[in-house]
Amino acid sequence: MAKSIDVSDLDIYYGDFLAVQGVNMTIRAKAVTAFIGPSGCGKSTFLRSLNRMHEVIPGARVDGKIVVDGQDLYDSAVDPVAVRRQIGMVFQRPNPFPTMSIYDNVLAGNRLNSKRMKKSEADAIVEKSLRGANLWTEVKDRLSKPGMGLSGGQQQRLCIARAIAVEPQVLLMDEPCSALDPISTSAVEDLIHELKAAYTIVIVTHNMQQAARVSDDTGFFNLKAAGQPGHLVEFNATKKMFSNPDNDATEAYISGRFG
Amino acid sequence: MITSTNLAPPPAPEIRQSLSLTQVSLPRWAPALVGVLSLAAGGLLAVLFGWGPVATVVVAGFVYLVALPTWSFVVENRRRAVDRLMTTLVWGATAVAIVPLVWLVYLVISKGVGGISGAFLTHDSHDPLAVDVGIAHALVGTLLVTLVAAIISVPIGILAAVFLVEYGKGSRIARIITFLVDVMTGIPSIVAGLFALSLFVLILGPAIRFGFGGSVALSLLMIPIVVRSTEEMLRLVPDDLREASYALGVPKWRTIVKVVLPTALGGIITGVTLSVARVIGETAPLLVVCGATNTINHNVFSGRMMTLPVYIFYQFTQPGVVPRSAPPGSDPPGIGHAWAAAFVLIALVLLLNLVARLVGRIFAVPTK
Repeated sequence: MAKSIDVSDLDIYYGDFLAVQGVNMTIRAKAVTAFIGPSGCGKSTFLRSLNRMHEVIPGARVDGKIVVDGQDLYDSAVDPVAVRRQIGMVFQRPNPFPTMSIYDNVLAGNRLNSKRMKKSEADAIVEKSLRGANLWTEVKDRLSKPGMGLSGGQQQRLCIARAIAVEPQVLLMDEPCSALDPISTSAVEDLIHELKAAYTIVIVTHNMQQAARVSDDTGFFNLKAAGQPGHLVEFNATKKMFSNPDNDATEAYISGRFG
Repeated sequence: MITSTNLAPPPAPEIRQSLSLTQVSLPRWAPALVGVLSLAAGGLLAVLFGWGPVATVVVAGFVYLVALPTWSFVVENRRRAVDRLMTTLVWGATAVAIVPLVWLVYLVISKGVGGISGAFLTHDSHDPLAVDVGIAHALVGTLLVTLVAAIISVPIGILAAVFLVEYGKGSRIARIITFLVDVMTGIPSIVAGLFALSLFVLILGPAIRFGFGGSVALSLLMIPIVVRSTEEMLRLVPDDLREASYALGVPKWRTIVKVVLPTALGGIITGVTLSVARVIGETAPLLVVCGATNTINHNVFSGRMMTLPVYIFYQFTQPGVVPRSAPPGSDPPGIGHAWAAAFVLIALVLLLNLVARLVGRIFAVPTK
């Protein structure tokens, strides 16, 4: 079951530095939400706060509420490990585990948590996840080879397979295509379209065309000035955002007249 | 409207001499020629003043160092002359560093290999009248004491490094520990030995000598090395992998055990093996804590224990008397035993280094 995410009055800090200020939005279930904006405006920081990956960095903290399925993720009773099991993440650079084979990489989420399963069950998860990530036909004959031996695009799809193998409710993607060539990018974008049926997807991207192609809703983040916190300028349906945005700054950014 | 200033022609560019990319250079065989001539000069002086071969080589080196750059400066240019001077200095420094090593290994092999035999490796030396005396007791002692030292140091060292890199990163206590580890790397080994001795004298009474005490002393020397090498290896594991693991809902301790440590395993094993190689030749701490004996002792917790370095020390300081039957001028028997034992010790260290390389290669993260 995919879940929606309600964010209200979210402030994100690195130590004393306020990185993102006052974000309010509702991320719809079974839809693709894209975040765009200039570098350093806090898109990735905001994305990482959605599955409590933000606090992995020492001194990082968050004020405000992120509610998923009626529970505030930042409630003191909430276990960040449990949150991350429900909200998976794909990173900017492909990062398969170098010590593991392709097969083990896909199962990493299960294996690392010492979940016991039968061989047939494990095989089924691997095949299902790799098919889900559009990688099965390319790697099915070399599942025992190291994951690092794949090309960059294949590695990134392997990371997506790894993320969906634990069947999360939400999939966060932090510039998943920025290190990939156009063909691999297109493969990942097709994949995002397919995954939308089962997952809530949030994607950060620098590529406006990509945001327009894959997303249903778009959020535009911006900085008032260097050193100032980032904030959410506009959050709207992608169609409206790219044809008739409510905010002048959004239009300036999208049409390339920024700055 | 065009003003007159706009019509003024631009200043004509200076006519440059055609650009020359070639220039005179010394022939390829110039360094070899200077080398031969330098050696000849050194040899000539040696013959004139009756010097030995060492002086000849040193003089030849200086002649070469002056002659080649000077020739180059005259024929070529300043940059090439400096290049030749620096190249000579770098090669010379490398040679100076290597010569003692090669010499030492040559000396130990040439003097020690003759004393090695099956009996030498399998007999102890409790019977001074026996024909077959050997180093089995010292070999067993060294292996046991070092093994126990490794068993103590490796878990402590690796866990301390995990704390420093994964938990204490940047905190005050981590900085203090790092500083103390650096200080411990430099403690003299005799101090470690005396510390272990006084520790066990306080606990078990005076005149205590046993193998385990030596292991404790050695582990004091090993732990900082293991901590340092493991720390470096753990720092090399990219944060991307830790984040990838967290994002799959894996708790921190499992991430460390199943992702970080396996990724760094090859380097950690190499570091541990090198630390063993570093302490296996320690003499002073074992001399004071383990004592010396002539018989094989398999129990590290009771009784004196001989080790190879201590054996070498005693054979050298108390070599015994030259037998009547031996030709005049020959060494007492202990000297030969000491060289043979030194050879065994160096072979042991070499073996450990080879094992470390092999293991490091086996566990290295595959890239293809």
